[in-house]
Amino acid sequence: MTALPQSTEKKLGLVIDLDTCVGCHACVINCKEWNTSNYGAPLSDIDAYGAEPMGTFLNRVHSYEAKQDGKNAQTIHFPKSCLHCEDAPCVTVCPTGASYKRVEDGIVLVNEDSCIGCGLCAWACPYGARELDKAEGVMKKCTLCVDRIYNENLPEIDRTPACVRTCPAGARHFGDFADPDSNVSKLTAERGGMELMPEQGTKPVNRYLPPRPKTDVTGIGKIDILAPYLDPVPEQAGGFLGWLDKALEKI
Amino acid sequence: MHPAPSVILFTSLSGLGFGLMFWLGFGFPDVTGWTAFAFFFIAYALSVGGLLASTLHLGRPSRAMNAFSQWRTSWLSREGVAAVVTLLVMAVYAIGLIFYDTNLQVVGWIAGLLALLTVFTTSKIYNQLKTVPRWNMPLTPVLFLTYALAGGALLAGQVMPAAVLLLVLTVLQLATWQMGDKAFANAGHTIETATGLGNLGKVRQLESPHSSPNYLMKEMVHVVGRKHAMKLRVISTVTLGLLPVAILLFLQFNHILALVAVASHLIGLLVSRWLFFAEAEHVVGLYYDKR
Repeated sequence: MTALPQSTEKKLGLVIDLDTCVGCHACVINCKEWNTSNYGAPLSDIDAYGAEPMGTFLNRVHSYEAKQDGKNAQTIHFPKSCLHCEDAPCVTVCPTGASYKRVEDGIVLVNEDSCIGCGLCAWACPYGARELDKAEGVMKKCTLCVDRIYNENLPEIDRTPACVRTCPAGARHFGDFADPDSNVSKLTAERGGMELMPEQGTKPVNRYLPPRPKTDVTGIGKIDILAPYLDPVPEQAGGFLGWLDKALEKI
Repeated sequence: MHPAPSVILFTSLSGLGFGLMFWLGFGFPDVTGWTAFAFFFIAYALSVGGLLASTLHLGRPSRAMNAFSQWRTSWLSREGVAAVVTLLVMAVYAIGLIFYDTNLQVVGWIAGLLALLTVFTTSKIYNQLKTVPRWNMPLTPVLFLTYALAGGALLAGQVMPAAVLLLVLTVLQLATWQMGDKAFANAGHTIETATGLGNLGKVRQLESPHSSPNYLMKEMVHVVGRKHAMKLRVISTVTLGLLPVAILLFLQFNHILALVAVASHLIGLLVSRWLFFAEAEHVVGLYYDKR
């Protein structure tokens, strides 16, 4: 049944640090690489070399600009994948039972063998976390790399989602939100980790760390903040260099 | 939302078919034999045709049977179950009338109410989605049910009930458009709440996450089709109710005119259902700075 569990033993999820993310899309690519060759159907590309290449991805990096009047604009790179919501609307709308949330760790998964590809779960998701694979006709979504995190064939360091493992900036963190002492719980508490679109009532597990405040340089006028380090070079050098300069002039 | 022909035909035709079944189940018109056969044939052709059209929307139509399993939680599953049960119960009633000249009236009443229940479950598939504020209004199920009752009355040849219901429907449709236009803003979703970046200032998209549209944008960020929305609303309002009512009330009733009234209503219904999808804005559009 596609009823949601009352509670889950663990709440596995991601913390994404918007202060640190540089928007390199490495997580997008590593996600595609791992998930096209492991759990479930491959992530197809349609018209990959044509005029309108399209493909299935489980993770996308948006880029936004935020600007306050009279202040400099700020760029924020914004990776977005399934938030593994506690109150996941994508699960309860599923007519076949293909969509489910695991009791043991809270991961939201799709059983692709019973999915009919009706797309209603993608309609029910506010975050755009589900994409219907055109070639396979079934719904694809982030599995939190369920086939990596428990995989004893992998070295321990690799038992983490592909996006987290590959992030060169260290902007992605994986852990158990049900444990208040976990890395993700601590980061969320320290940095004010936020939910996306909380007014939808989905109770997402993943949290986003807001960008740290930038140094406000707008009030300083024309003074360059690097000015102390860039003293003007004197026109006339003194000492040995001054003597050398004069001596060379005379030759 | 992408106005896919499969879902437009599904909701429109099955709604009409089950609407007609409601009237037939309650004995309007009171017919037997071949006349009854003709009415039930139309009702089944519309409802089954609509249901079959809906399977064209599936990525894996061969597995459609799976959809009957989750009736305890899923409105889509309930819709499937309700539709099949209605068709079966109504068949008992129809066979009695057509072949045995027997009116199993209690069975008819049950089947008629089941037909309305089916239309209600159809409306809930869309109405339940908090992600589409225009659909997530209490008026949505009321509108779907009124469409079914009015269209069904028209097909059942119930002139006065049809005229009254078509006028009620027209008013209801106009009210739904009016309220739907404000639904997204009232729900309070903005690009700032979507990204959580509101405290940094006004947020806009700087760069798209991908160079060409993906499944999400094709399915849920349908912007192009809204260009002629106003004109289409006028066309729908006139053909949906006003023209059929004028034909029913002011002209001498005959079969040709009835056909014109039905055709006009069908056009209005299809146009309004196209708008139902095309004008519906999904909150995921906020992540793309589009509505």
